[in-house]
Amino acid sequence: MQVTSRKFKENAHEAMQDENLRAALGRVKEGFTAKRAEAAADLPEFEDLRDQARDIKDHVLENLDYYLEYFEKKVIEAGGVVHWCSNAKEAKETILKICRDVDAKTVTKGKSMITEEIGLNKFLESEGIEPIETDLGEYIIQLADEPPSHIIGPAVHKTKEQVTELFHEHHQQYGYTEREEDAEKLVGEARAVLRHKYVVADVGITGANFLVAETGSTAIVTNEGNGDLTQSLPKTHIAVASIEKVIPTLEDVSTVMRVLARSATGQEMSVYTTFSTGPKRSDDIDGPENFHVVLLDGGRSEMIGTELQELLRCIRCGACMNHCPVYHAVGGHSYGWVYPGPIGAALNPQMVGIEEARHLPNASSFCGRCEEVCPVRIPIPKILRHWREKAFEQQISPKPERWGIELWGFFAKRPWAYRLMTKVAVRVLGLMGGKNGKIKSLPMNNGWTAVRDLPAPQGATFMEQWKKQEGR
Amino acid sequence: MSKPLENVEVALFVTCLVDINRPSVGFAAVKLLEQSGCKVVVPNAQTCCGQPAYNSGDKQSTKDIAKNVIRAFKSFRYVVAPSGSCAGMIKKHYPELFADDPEMLLEAQDLAARTHELVSFLNDIADFEPDDVKLDKKVTYHDSCSSLREMKVKDQPRELLGEVDDLELIEAEDREACCGFGGTFCIKYSEISEEMVDQKIANLLATKADIVTAGDLGCLMNIAGRLSRKGHKMKVLHVAEILAGMGDKPGIAEGRD
Ligand code: SF4
Repeated sequence: MQVTSRKFKENAHEAMQDENLRAALGRVKEGFTAKRAEAAADLPEFEDLRDQARDIKDHVLENLDYYLEYFEKKVIEAGGVVHWCSNAKEAKETILKICRDVDAKTVTKGKSMITEEIGLNKFLESEGIEPIETDLGEYIIQLADEPPSHIIGPAVHKTKEQVTELFHEHHQQYGYTEREEDAEKLVGEARAVLRHKYVVADVGITGANFLVAETGSTAIVTNEGNGDLTQSLPKTHIAVASIEKVIPTLEDVSTVMRVLARSATGQEMSVYTTFSTGPKRSDDIDGPENFHVVLLDGGRSEMIGTELQELLRCIRCGACMNHCPVYHAVGGHSYGWVYPGPIGAALNPQMVGIEEARHLPNASSFCGRCEEVCPVRIPIPKILRHWREKAFEQQISPKPERWGIELWGFFAKRPWAYRLMTKVAVRVLGLMGGKNGKIKSLPMNNGWTAVRDLPAPQGATFMEQWKKQEGR
Repeated sequence: MSKPLENVEVALFVTCLVDINRPSVGFAAVKLLEQSGCKVVVPNAQTCCGQPAYNSGDKQSTKDIAKNVIRAFKSFRYVVAPSGSCAGMIKKHYPELFADDPEMLLEAQDLAARTHELVSFLNDIADFEPDDVKLDKKVTYHDSCSSLREMKVKDQPRELLGEVDDLELIEAEDREACCGFGGTFCIKYSEISEEMVDQKIANLLATKADIVTAGDLGCLMNIAGRLSRKGHKMKVLHVAEILAGMGDKPGIAEGRD
């Protein structure tokens, strides 16, 4: 996908003017946060489970090579194939080759952030293969030709009215000539259109929430059941996942799942949890004949052993963005690459470069709510700060900003100079504030006064006044 | 009855915003600590906790500033700041800052262990109770992010406000959401900050409280500045000012006495 993180400010400005988007984001905020809070409150051991989930993921990351190799061994034993791909290009070409080998014309897809990350749909299209998204949200944004704006609700930025228009535009060819406005009927309409595509698809591509080392299984959780049809109807199933999705045992999967859905949507469990182990066996009634796992590194192994390693614990639940006031204001597309919200702000600089993504770690008030709700306790603010330090070291941050900080630093390191500076500052600001005691515009600091008045200082500094009083 | 901190020396970390913008918060803090029996000292060598540099990625300057703070507050049993944000910087971030410098790390950890946010210090350690303070107003309390999440300040201010005679505490919707201040964030990303502070003031105004209060001057200046720009009359005070009986003084962005 086209990276537009560099234009974060412009993207955000546009997003904040968009009334439809504001309405949609309002629902994200109200819906998800309340539900997560309830789910967490209803489970006394929730906080312990978060610790356990964190520890499981940490253990995996410490022994990643071991578990990945074990996983591969088990996949092979079950009759499947594992493809190791170091980058997006390799992953796309691997997938294309599998499709070509079975002479595929259409592929159905379950929800997968990794295929978004590698830009699979556009690539397959350019190779003459039609990808069809079967997750409702993914389907909507595929029709709209947009990237996802949320990692669990790719189309949360769309209002029902916009979906009505999209379906009306694209479904007339299937005989749906009326504008459908009822939400449930819209879902029915999409289902009917998609149903027929499942049957003709040659390949089914899904993501994976977990790769279970113990059994060589891939596991996905969904609320629509579309993943099941995607992976069991076509002759070939390809599961695409990044390497950090591996997890030791089924027991561990169940521990992590207990915090996943609760954090994501406030459900105790997602509606469907589907495990795939190898292709169809001789006594199975149905299932794919070929089973492939495409394992993507995509820059992740480089993160092992660095400050960024903790990011690889992420289970893509979306809680951090659901609770992020910046995400609520600007929506997912402003971030300019696949992963939005706090996790995107922490991850994207690694994926697309800090120069390109400079704004993302900066556009945070460090309120800490993401870390507060993250089921695997990723210290996102700490990682954002790490990026700010990188940007500062590499002199990527804008000069005036750096000068301002350096000047402040100069005084803050020298108490005597600081006393003098503050003494002058309060007098100047005091004069500017006049009788009303507030400053409406400040030449050097228009970011503050563009939005709010600046309360003028009360008078002399505390330290001056204190000095006079000493020996009271 | 003797107080637990009778004659114990407590050093006040004034914070740069209080020093420059609203000394009355500093004097309120002194008063409250003295009412608790403490002997308040204000070390002259203090400046700023270093957050502007830290949050801008300038780690070296932050370390230099932190060293100055560590030196200035070396010999005191307790260090108290009328700000969850500055106290959080010292308590949580100084040790992180010196993680790879064993000698400084010890000193940073030592200071961190002695550092407290004012309201939680008063309530949890000093056994403080408001001394005959009365304020016949409806008040709503904004949970500033650092106080809440870094310093675990949540019930303490509510308990103490609850002891002010005639004061009625009204809780706002989404009181734990960020107000959009975030230090330099509100200047660098003012448009996003505006959206956040507008959400915040909408929730505050909906309480119909007379006064909004919090434990961090940064948030309060942001909220007061936006209320003032929008022409709203809600008064803005630091929680220390209310507890010290200064609730009838002009609020932030309200001009002088
Ligand atoms: S960072 Fe944490 S909260 Fe955000 S998506 Fe990942 S697991 Fe969920």
